[in-house]
Amino acid sequence: MILVLEQILNGLQLGVMLFLMAAGLTLVFGIMNLVNLAHGSLYMVGAYLATWFYQATGSFALGVLLGLAGTLAVGVVVEVVALRTLYQRDHLDQVLATFGLILFFNELIAILWGRAAIFSTVPEYLTGHVELFAGLRYPLYRLVIILTGLAVAAGLWFVVTRTRLGMLIRAGASNRTMVAALGVNIRLLYTVVFGFGAALAGLAGLLSGPIYAVQPGMGELILIQVFVVIVIGGIGSIRGALAGALIVGMVDTLGRAFLKPMLSTVISPSAADTAGPAMASMLIYLLMAAVLTFRPEGLFPSRGS
Amino acid sequence: MRTKFQALSVAVALAFGLTAAGPAAAQQKVKIGFITTLSGPAATNGEPMRNSVELALDHLGRKVGGLDTEIIYGDDQFKPDVGKQVADEMLKKHQVHFVAGIIWSNVMMAVAPTVTQAGTFMIGTNAGPSPLAGKGCHELFFTTSWQNDQTPEAMGKYMQDQGLTDVYVMAPNYQAGKDMLTGFKRYFKGRIVDEVYTRLGQLDYQAELSQLRAKNPKVVFVFYPAPMGIQFLKQYSEAGLRGIYPLYSVYTVDEITIPAVKHAALGQLETRYWGPDLKNPANQKYVADYQKKYGKLPVFYGAQSYDGIMLIDSAVKAVKGNLADKKGMIAAMRKANYNSLRGKYTYNNNHFPIQNFYLLKAVAGPTPGSDPVMEIQKAVFTNHKDSYGKDCPMKW
Repeated sequence: MILVLEQILNGLQLGVMLFLMAAGLTLVFGIMNLVNLAHGSLYMVGAYLATWFYQATGSFALGVLLGLAGTLAVGVVVEVVALRTLYQRDHLDQVLATFGLILFFNELIAILWGRAAIFSTVPEYLTGHVELFAGLRYPLYRLVIILTGLAVAAGLWFVVTRTRLGMLIRAGASNRTMVAALGVNIRLLYTVVFGFGAALAGLAGLLSGPIYAVQPGMGELILIQVFVVIVIGGIGSIRGALAGALIVGMVDTLGRAFLKPMLSTVISPSAADTAGPAMASMLIYLLMAAVLTFRPEGLFPSRGS
Repeated sequence: MRTKFQALSVAVALAFGLTAAGPAAAQQKVKIGFITTLSGPAATNGEPMRNSVELALDHLGRKVGGLDTEIIYGDDQFKPDVGKQVADEMLKKHQVHFVAGIIWSNVMMAVAPTVTQAGTFMIGTNAGPSPLAGKGCHELFFTTSWQNDQTPEAMGKYMQDQGLTDVYVMAPNYQAGKDMLTGFKRYFKGRIVDEVYTRLGQLDYQAELSQLRAKNPKVVFVFYPAPMGIQFLKQYSEAGLRGIYPLYSVYTVDEITIPAVKHAALGQLETRYWGPDLKNPANQKYVADYQKKYGKLPVFYGAQSYDGIMLIDSAVKAVKGNLADKKGMIAAMRKANYNSLRGKYTYNNNHFPIQNFYLLKAVAGPTPGSDPVMEIQKAVFTNHKDSYGKDCPMKW
């Protein structure tokens, strides 16, 4: 029972990490109609900048702040320099251009920091475990990730539903032309949204730095799952991104943990040994296929065209 | 008079010698296609391989077997289909004489048959999947690394000798992962609590680590090659498991993962056929020159690749540059007649090395603050043969 609870926490942790990535990606797609494959690169940039600043200043908090600001700045520059010209093009051109950005960023990072993974670790005060209740000790750092993710989700909900910026974002998502016709500076809005999305990806990246390898190409490992999340959740919808991320996080984690023992009660243990891991790694894609079959627009589609 | 005659005869001999060698040298050029992973996170393993091939060429004066050499690098992107495509291109477009390299067993399973069926040499410099060592062995397939099972066999034997039991084993779910655990179990006879296979290239191991803690084993044995090893080691330490469940591993803690995990590697035991501190002239030169050229310690992926080029060099020399003489080159390679970085070794009938395996430990670096280094402790096996040779129909 304790184990199930622990695995649910693990699922939640993976879920919020995916959500941080998915929120930016889905916003950019929903509002700017831009398929941004380079979102994983911003995740990588966030991880590198935060690790670098953390090592240079010796303070994890300062590393996080500077890393976030840096990723936001990189995001804005990328939007202004490269992506602005792509909004009117079709999705294939965007995929091609943003794929080029992936190669560009991976090489740039490899030139600056080398191809080998760089060292980063959890700061002293975030190591160790918290006893949530009798028998369940959970790593403090993972708990911090969960809380940060949930706080960001709440913050995003507030910004999108309760502020003027959020209103413009929602309006932009449902009808871009009309928003522009009403005199809103849509270009500026795009830059702001993209910068925010980049910062969120950077946040995911810098949080993951201490537990995953910080190295060129690290973004692509998580990007595929993030696309699964936004397809399941509904493209362009933040609510969908949250739901999709939590579902994918849970299904993936619980599948990896419990599918094999469950299967071995039905089929022979040796067959379960082979089938369990194979099926566990397929689960989220099966789920995506099911969602696409029964609700092609995703679980929580964004309103609008 | 006498000296004049001597000088004349030398000149004549030289002239004849040159004209005899001339046409052959002009038309003969050896082409080697080297396939490894050069993009994505796994490029960390491909880079030292390419670096070592370059170093080997430097040491040979850019002439393999005395012939002009063209080396063509291919990137398999850690994908079997891409690897096969790259190999096809090397065979058809570049018409290479040798294909070498390959880190991953699943890529090797796709590439090796393509190459050998085309009548071209395949020199593996890392992956040693069991199917290619048994029934699927081929006279044109050689490896300068090991058969996958061998290294975990050494760790299995060491852990058996230590009287350890209640082991929890983990590996990625692919050919090499299966081979590693098969090899481990061939020599380890204690109780195995559970065997867990994870997705190849998996990022997060927290779910598996929670399961591990729930099963409460005595020790843990894993195979997680870089870059997976970095994620695994970081998360294993961060979850506080290192102090509770001692970790034994193969191909997980090496000169690629150590700079990324630093002190988290200290005390880690591994088995391996080679280490940078192995004392023989060829290896000392390799390690020193590698550090001079690239500014870091080499890793076994590189050492094997260096050996791969040297093995090709020895074969081409043995047939005096006649690349059409494949029988002659096979016979030469079977002798492993070159200064391997691991010291002298021989070939089993399936063209996999019969070699020593050592116990290595990650110890504190030479200067305070420097990264831990892998240090050879003792030999676990001497002249260790893989277990698939008997299924291989080749006899020589």
